[in-house]
Amino acid sequence: MKRTPLFEKHVANRGRIVPFAGYEMPVQFRGIIPEHNRVRTTVGVFDVSHMGRVEVRGRDAFKFTNHVTTNDVSACALMQAQYSILCYPDGGIVDDLLVYNLGDYTLLVINGANHDKDVKWLRDNLQGDTQLVDVTDPMAQLAIQGPKSEPVMQKLVDVDLAAVKFYWSAWCTLAGVRTLISRTGYTGEDGFEVYFPTAAADNVWNEVMAAGREFEIEPIGLGARDTLRLEMKYSLYGNDIDQTTNPLEAILGWVTKLDKPNGFVGSDALKKVKAEGVRRKLVGFEMDGNEIPRPHYDILVNGVKAGVVTSGTMSPSLKKGIGLGYVQVPHTAVGTEIEIAIRGRNAPATVVTTPFYKQGTRK
Amino acid sequence: MSLVPKDLKYAKTHEWVKIEGDTALVGITDFAQGELSDIVFVELPALGKKLAQNDTLGTVEAVKAVSDLYSPVAGEVTAVNEDLRNDPAIVNKDPYGKGWIARVKMSNPADRDSLLSPADYEVLAAKSAH
Repeated sequence: MKRTPLFEKHVANRGRIVPFAGYEMPVQFRGIIPEHNRVRTTVGVFDVSHMGRVEVRGRDAFKFTNHVTTNDVSACALMQAQYSILCYPDGGIVDDLLVYNLGDYTLLVINGANHDKDVKWLRDNLQGDTQLVDVTDPMAQLAIQGPKSEPVMQKLVDVDLAAVKFYWSAWCTLAGVRTLISRTGYTGEDGFEVYFPTAAADNVWNEVMAAGREFEIEPIGLGARDTLRLEMKYSLYGNDIDQTTNPLEAILGWVTKLDKPNGFVGSDALKKVKAEGVRRKLVGFEMDGNEIPRPHYDILVNGVKAGVVTSGTMSPSLKKGIGLGYVQVPHTAVGTEIEIAIRGRNAPATVVTTPFYKQGTRK
Repeated sequence: MSLVPKDLKYAKTHEWVKIEGDTALVGITDFAQGELSDIVFVELPALGKKLAQNDTLGTVEAVKAVSDLYSPVAGEVTAVNEDLRNDPAIVNKDPYGKGWIARVKMSNPADRDSLLSPADYEVLAAKSAH
């Protein structure tokens, strides 16, 4: 089991440590609900060093990145970040990821649990003058998220963060080390992610915690990371998307550029899916009562199975059960009455617009 | 260290039992509520439900966890804690008091002999802690 460079901090902060993505990670500190509310109201800090970080270098780095990802890398300007997907040739999803254009190379930020699989996939598909540099271990990563994240981080960096727009990045100095900072995150709130050398992790952590004290900054665990992302309907690999799902049915068509001139791995299969129309869609639903949906529960329409729940929780912001699930077309329209099979009973629920939480401060 | 009151009996599955005559009041232990944390839903048994020992008595859900609750004694459900429907977090705040789950009229008084003493439960909880 691996540890991030901040493991000792998590133990000192009384984090409840669980295995996740091959790492010993904190699932919660003070409690999922208070941590969730901290991020929604002021600012919290997540150690996301367990994410995989891979640089694509070489003369054909951009061509290759564009070949293996579904979004259009040619539309990603210098220092811009782009949400994207890696697909198999059949259109199934290898992983979702962030792509950064850092000038003469791209940085791919992938799910920790998929690190080994993704790196092998990328190596097996390598084309032209392209080298992969796995910087997962030498680099650490924090996410500082919440409406007060800009005033906290502005105290610490030597760039004007007002000029760093949503899904853009900048090089800066943080705790004395060269750091990539981007206005990105997985919470629906305004926020930043910072990438810096592993050796500086303790110093960066200490500076962020000190700068955030006036806003009662606190460490946030994986539990609240999940409730925050789910309230925004952000997909979680392994739950909502995987090898057996494609980007179109996952409602990720907005990052799936089927008209890219040279296509991408999986584009032929996905064009066929689009032409034929998807048979199911990933929808968001709210429980009518106080039950809580959970992954793998059946979804029924008029008493007949019409899908399955992929993510579910009690929403700390909405204070009701919310979930995502694949539902057969045509039962996917907002307002459709469905039922969730919970311990032998069919509990009523309704397909709703997403994000579930609509007051996020995301820029 | 979680609380383990001396006047109660315990089940290996982290329920407590208070035996009063031929009825048993059942809840989950302080250790169990601490492990779950943030309890957000309690599914209560139906009144009149007949249970064998260790049958499912209900379900307790935290934000991220679902945990079944087992009846430490055989019998019939004669009361449930209706307050938990609107405020399940009572179980976190007062697991041995206002956070009780159900009352069971015991059909086999000998079931009490299979329950753990407070000392034995303390050992079990310490071993289960991570």
